[in-house]
Amino acid sequence: MTRLIVGPFNRVEGDLEVRLEIADGQVNDAFVTSTLYRGFEHILHGKSPQDALVFAPRICGICSVSQSTAAAAALADAQGVRVPLNGRLATNLVLATENVADHLTHFYMFFMPDFARPAYRNESWFEQIEKRFKAIKGTATRDMLPARAEFMHITGLLAGKWPHTMSIQPGGSTKSVAAHEKARLIALLGSFRSFLERILFGATLEEIIELETLDDLNGWLEKEAPLQSDFRSFLLLARELDLDAMGKSPGHFMSYGAYTFNDGPVFAQGVFAKGQVLPLDPQGVSEDLSHAWLEHRSAARHPFDGITIPDADAADGYTWCKAPRLNGQVMEVGAIARQLVDGNLLIRDMVTRKGGSVHTRVVSRLLEIARIVPLMEQWVGALRPGESFHAREPMPDEAQGVGLIEAARGALGHWLKVRNGRILNYQIVAPTTWNFSPRDADGVPGALEQALKGAQCREGEVDPVSVQHIVRSFDPCMVCTVH
Amino acid sequence: MQVNGSRKTSPKNLLWLQSGGCGGCTLSLICAEAPDFLTSFEAAGINILWHPSLSEESGRGFLEILNSILEGNTPLDILCLEGSVIMGPKGTGRFHMLSGTGLPMMMVLKKLAARAGHVVAVGSCAAYGGVTAAGRNPADATGLAFDTKEPGGLLGSDFRARSGVPVVNISGCPIHPGWVVETLLHIASGYFSELDMDRWGRPKAISDNLVHHGCSRNEYYEYKASAENLSELGCLMENLGCKGTQASGDCNTRPWNGSGSCISGGYPCIACTEPGFEEPGHTFVETPKVTGIPIGLPMDMPKAWFVALASLSKSATPKRLKVNAVSDFIRVAPNQRAGKTKK
Repeated sequence: MTRLIVGPFNRVEGDLEVRLEIADGQVNDAFVTSTLYRGFEHILHGKSPQDALVFAPRICGICSVSQSTAAAAALADAQGVRVPLNGRLATNLVLATENVADHLTHFYMFFMPDFARPAYRNESWFEQIEKRFKAIKGTATRDMLPARAEFMHITGLLAGKWPHTMSIQPGGSTKSVAAHEKARLIALLGSFRSFLERILFGATLEEIIELETLDDLNGWLEKEAPLQSDFRSFLLLARELDLDAMGKSPGHFMSYGAYTFNDGPVFAQGVFAKGQVLPLDPQGVSEDLSHAWLEHRSAARHPFDGITIPDADAADGYTWCKAPRLNGQVMEVGAIARQLVDGNLLIRDMVTRKGGSVHTRVVSRLLEIARIVPLMEQWVGALRPGESFHAREPMPDEAQGVGLIEAARGALGHWLKVRNGRILNYQIVAPTTWNFSPRDADGVPGALEQALKGAQCREGEVDPVSVQHIVRSFDPCMVCTVH
Repeated sequence: MQVNGSRKTSPKNLLWLQSGGCGGCTLSLICAEAPDFLTSFEAAGINILWHPSLSEESGRGFLEILNSILEGNTPLDILCLEGSVIMGPKGTGRFHMLSGTGLPMMMVLKKLAARAGHVVAVGSCAAYGGVTAAGRNPADATGLAFDTKEPGGLLGSDFRARSGVPVVNISGCPIHPGWVVETLLHIASGYFSELDMDRWGRPKAISDNLVHHGCSRNEYYEYKASAENLSELGCLMENLGCKGTQASGDCNTRPWNGSGSCISGGYPCIACTEPGFEEPGHTFVETPKVTGIPIGLPMDMPKAWFVALASLSKSATPKRLKVNAVSDFIRVAPNQRAGKTKK
């Protein structure tokens, strides 16, 4: 058996190391290490609750708006404020912009360049894929960067800047949209849609949304030359390299529900397992510290009572990451979970037939782009200039609140306790905390650790490229994971 | 006349590392436009040896690049650090071990800095410690050559890169993409010197400006017509903690993400380009006052004059501004009678 340490694992957000045990040409066991600790939960202790809106987004530069949204939701819960419709529309638009931009960044900059690695130089498709997706040098990045930057003008308009805005408040948005600004939003979305339809999909967004089965998807791929669009290129690679057999999901998927309005989220909340959606009770969330470099004198705790005290010498510790569980179960989160819970037919069919995999995770993200942009068009249409975007309620001196939202990478929760007008406890459980969790007290590995088991090494390979695909298929955000 | 502005230079090797931060400065850089940042780097001959979010090399491939630099086989012209230097716990640096090496990142940074032509701190964390150093600074975060406002940090105040230039601090939380692109291109041109930096190590091209310049709320400021709550249109200085008149930066003359700035987004400047901004000593969106007068006065303004001018301008505030300052939308439009403006 060979022991292999892969790190620094780049083209993920933040710092990651993966330890592999390899035997007979495949991964037998995996240990995932988050190597950076900063201590945001300690920084927040004793601050004014309002200051969470300055600190929380700065946990992460790529999920910045998601962290703001979760913080604002926790504060809103504590205050009992009711957000006006305009406020919901504006903040959901900013969150959707970040999520879609993150999916795009992941696909073009983080994930696809692995297929341009020399490991694949003998494949028939290599030359074209390398030209298009080679890290830094490929033509795809140069197409994507200007389109993404222009799309981010939505955040300039609605949130002042990205990342690290303070426009997202418990009662809505600090920025009221005027009629001419609404017109500009329509233009920006139109331009972005055009990029998606010409370059990413090579099809209208509606064509993509209407795919209902794996057969539909395969049939759609056959309709044109495989390299006609970037999505088609990925589907070709998935077929050639059996990406549907790579990085199998443990089987339980969780979503807190995405894009909340006063009557609930647009993408449903729940747990998907064994073909069924079950209701989610956030009381069932707990964090186990048994394999983290944290003081772990007590059993797993609910985040309201969570404790984070670093101990670099903790027995059995191999990461700064805690092990979150829902009713003791490992959960996978992300676009795949959101779409399964929400009942998207294509993703349901793919997971039913082949399980969660590198293939399904990537298709889920791109499908989600196609689903969200038309929603954003509707939300812009519903904005009402001249009406309120922001309601205000005072923060009680004693209160608690929880903010459960969906970041690009999945379920993000903030749990807040206020005493004497100050933050007594602030605990954050981020998407990649779920996906890249270490083992728990029962020795059950986290979602990625399970997904890596059985990864195949190609002949003569020292650093297995399959491991690169599997790890990046989760689109990890390590700075959120340990904060 | 013959004009020859070009200078024959070899490609400049750039290595970008991240430590105790959020990665937001890279994400902001990716929003660079007209042209995108890769095109700008190419035009200036900046060759990216490795960047954590961009490069193909992972694990072993990166370690080969790192060793080649440390052994002197690959010249390192520009070392960029994003995120603070993590010294904790107890000076060991174990809160951030460089993956795959078993070494604390702070040790690797020290070795690399000794080899670098220029050392650039990208963002307020790398420059001064920043948000990561807030509260009781749980990870013992510090900057490359400053520990918040004190000279020192990882490398010490006497540090000079191979070029003889101290650490260049492109502060901001996050940086504006234009600040990084322009500073790196200035450095790559070979003409950047210590004379181009202010007392906090910041490029003067940026820090000679104030966030206040070009503020879209200037008329409210002039008449001290102040917003009382976030989302209202008035000046944010008197009540809502805005530090635009004191903070360095060109945020309102060089828009963010197309058209934005913190203030145009409806919330105050928190002076994120200034060392120590993370601990203002008050709630960020509240202005601390003594006898009704804000403690933080506009840059270079004597207090007596500020008080005198403020009370004078308040007495002259037009009704339009008084009303609009506390509204979410313009309620009273300027009184534009035909022929009223003079030619």
